[in-house]
Amino acid sequence: MNKDTLLKQGAIWAFIVVELIFFSIAGSYLSVSDSAFMDFDNMLLLLKQSAPIGIIALGMTIIMINGNIDLSVGATYALSAIILLDSMTWPFMQAMGDWAIPLAWVFALLTGTILGAINGLIVWKTGVDAFIVTLGSMLGYRGLVFMYNGEQPTSHLNWTLVDFAEAQFLGLHTATWFLLGAALLLWLLMTKTVHGRNAYAIGNNREAAVNAGIRVGPHFLWNFMLIGFLASLSAVVFYSESGSVNPNDGMLYELWAITAVVLGGTKLTGGYGSIISTLGGVIAIQLLRKGLGHIGADTETVNLVIGLILIAVLFLDRQLNRKGKEELKT
Amino acid sequence: MTDQTPVLRLEDIVKTFPGVRALDGVSFSVLPGEVHALMGENGAGKSTLMKVLGGILQPNEGRIFIEEEPTVMTTPVQAKAKGVVFIHQELSLADELTVAENIWLGELPLKSFGRVNWAKLYEDTNAILKTLNVGFDAKTRVGDLSIANQQMVEIARALTVDPKAVIFDEPTASLTDAEKVVLFDVISDLQSKGVGIIYISHRMEEIFKITDRISVLRDGQYRGTLNTRETDEEEVTKLMIGRSLDLSRNESHHEMGDVALEVRGLSCGKLYQDVSFNVRKGEVLGFYGLVGAGRTEIAETLFGLRDPSAGQILLNGQEVRIKSPIDAIANGISLVPEDRKGQGLVLGMNCRDNMTLPQVDDLTAGPFVSDGAEIAIFDQYRDKLDIRTPGWRQTVGNLSGGNQQKIVIGKWLSMRPEVLIVDEPTRGIDVGSKSEIHNLIRDLAAQGYAVIVISSEMPEVLHVSDRIVAMYSGKVMREFTSDEVTEDSLIQAISGITADKVA
Repeated sequence: MNKDTLLKQGAIWAFIVVELIFFSIAGSYLSVSDSAFMDFDNMLLLLKQSAPIGIIALGMTIIMINGNIDLSVGATYALSAIILLDSMTWPFMQAMGDWAIPLAWVFALLTGTILGAINGLIVWKTGVDAFIVTLGSMLGYRGLVFMYNGEQPTSHLNWTLVDFAEAQFLGLHTATWFLLGAALLLWLLMTKTVHGRNAYAIGNNREAAVNAGIRVGPHFLWNFMLIGFLASLSAVVFYSESGSVNPNDGMLYELWAITAVVLGGTKLTGGYGSIISTLGGVIAIQLLRKGLGHIGADTETVNLVIGLILIAVLFLDRQLNRKGKEELKT
Repeated sequence: MTDQTPVLRLEDIVKTFPGVRALDGVSFSVLPGEVHALMGENGAGKSTLMKVLGGILQPNEGRIFIEEEPTVMTTPVQAKAKGVVFIHQELSLADELTVAENIWLGELPLKSFGRVNWAKLYEDTNAILKTLNVGFDAKTRVGDLSIANQQMVEIARALTVDPKAVIFDEPTASLTDAEKVVLFDVISDLQSKGVGIIYISHRMEEIFKITDRISVLRDGQYRGTLNTRETDEEEVTKLMIGRSLDLSRNESHHEMGDVALEVRGLSCGKLYQDVSFNVRKGEVLGFYGLVGAGRTEIAETLFGLRDPSAGQILLNGQEVRIKSPIDAIANGISLVPEDRKGQGLVLGMNCRDNMTLPQVDDLTAGPFVSDGAEIAIFDQYRDKLDIRTPGWRQTVGNLSGGNQQKIVIGKWLSMRPEVLIVDEPTRGIDVGSKSEIHNLIRDLAAQGYAVIVISSEMPEVLHVSDRIVAMYSGKVMREFTSDEVTEDSLIQAISGITADKVA
């Protein structure tokens, strides 16, 4: 790895360090609570809270490296959550006792995978841009969410499930383990396997990939199934604990996921990006939210600041990538 | 040679597109160990034919034989598996990936669980790169390589299989002379292994240097095959365009006015240093040099696309600062860029809108664009430049290269410039239209425009210029008048040999 890539991939982690220092110092003057920001439990909680959007953002990284985008993940997330909770109330499932839990998980994960496959098939077979396809399915899937239970929340609390979700293994919460596990597997997928390397090639130069005999359509299908699966995995992890889903849950998750991916340095046009950097992006956003809350800012301010930082980061990235004064103006 | 089995033989290939018969019964064969040139004007069907061979397009009629076996190829991968490798003219590389990944794209070596076998990948790649004698290794990111080295990566792709026939589509378009030598070595190496090579190029001197036979296409039809040793440029050109070509020096001299543009000590970082020259009204100044000598960068600086780090630009004796193309246009400088399709035209727009693009702000009737004024401008320059198009509604992308170039020139003439810079005016333009563009450039000078022509083709520079500036790696080496210049002295100057050493 040369200096250039180190700089590119290290930037997000440097940003996280800056945030930590800033909030620790600012927190000691401004904080409304007594505890320090860099408190160990606080950091563990931060990782746990990063998990729902984080798991989705990891999948979004692959989709975006492909040069596509998936706007329907928020709706997929909500629908999977409903299937998870509602399926446990079905009579035959209730008869199974706690064995209903793994089955409910399978149902929820299948839901996400199937919804993803629908996206992927449409992108493959029609050739319509993924942005448009998933914009449509975002509305459509959200429609399904409302059809299921109207405006009513869907609730079901299973205490065994809650215990599992709240468990801590080696100090880390269940949700954190899922986030880190997914990150590790996807990192291996993207760096070590042919499927992952082809994803980069397709996003970078699609024509070259086609000419080299890579079957782009089926490749897209697999990746959309993967992100669908991850969106429902995210739902499974989160709603195992909370036990109640509103039909509006998961809205704007697609945009938060994209924000984290872009902050992590993945190119919007595809062909470049990294799973690990996305993980950094997710943590950086969660740190900002938590840190600004810690020093007493309200939600509106938090969103404003995150938005400004996103633009500032992309501008900085552009400046760093310029070739100096000799460059051709555009 | 007749008793050899051709590695590749085409029989009556027909390919039609809606409304066009792009290939009309083309037959020819490539023998093992021969370099077979395929020539023809743009639009003659060379690219289509090669796409048929490379498995990208399917012929409507006709048959392809590989070593006398009838073959159907439906994908590039299938073609490659059968030993027919197509090296594209336009680079089709993924620049974020490594050299190795690009070379083996679509067929990366596998381990268990779909994992890439990196060790084998790098080893195999370095073995191939060694035969190509290049200065980079398998792990280099392709985006970090020069265009020429990227071309080498493209060529390395051909060597991953045991090829029977390799198709080179204008491989030297972006190579320097030294790199060409390496390429020709690679070709002769393939030749000695009994590989048949199809070589497409517009450059006659290369064709005569390395090929054994020349097949010519015109308007999608096969016009015949010549043995390179028994023919000359004249005959090939005649076959291609149906008449012979004028390659003489520029003899005409017309009245020249004052100095229109003067450049003193202009530098731009590492791109070029201390460049000084001037051009008078009514004069054509040629810039000749190798790719990367800094010629295009000077043009871009004059047009406000780059900021110079030192030096002065004087227009009619007054120093000007040009910070953007808007300044340049306001000062009467126009640039006809090198990359016509990418930088010069909006391909999806019609002829009229392309031509009036820089001045459409001024062509208004009330709040709306004035159609009449636009059409009037288009008609004027269509007649003046003899642009052949069915009408102004024609989409520019559908015109031939020569007519496209005329649209770009017309666009800038309609801005009434004083200095017209033309970068590679005939790149990708067929032989017939070339001389037309050359005559147009001479005419423009005669009308009092100061014209700067940048070109990599010696006949072109000799043909149109009153004076020639020779550049080598960012520096002006020598200036010649059209009377004193010789081909030898020009070549020496652009190779970095100074005048006094020669004398």
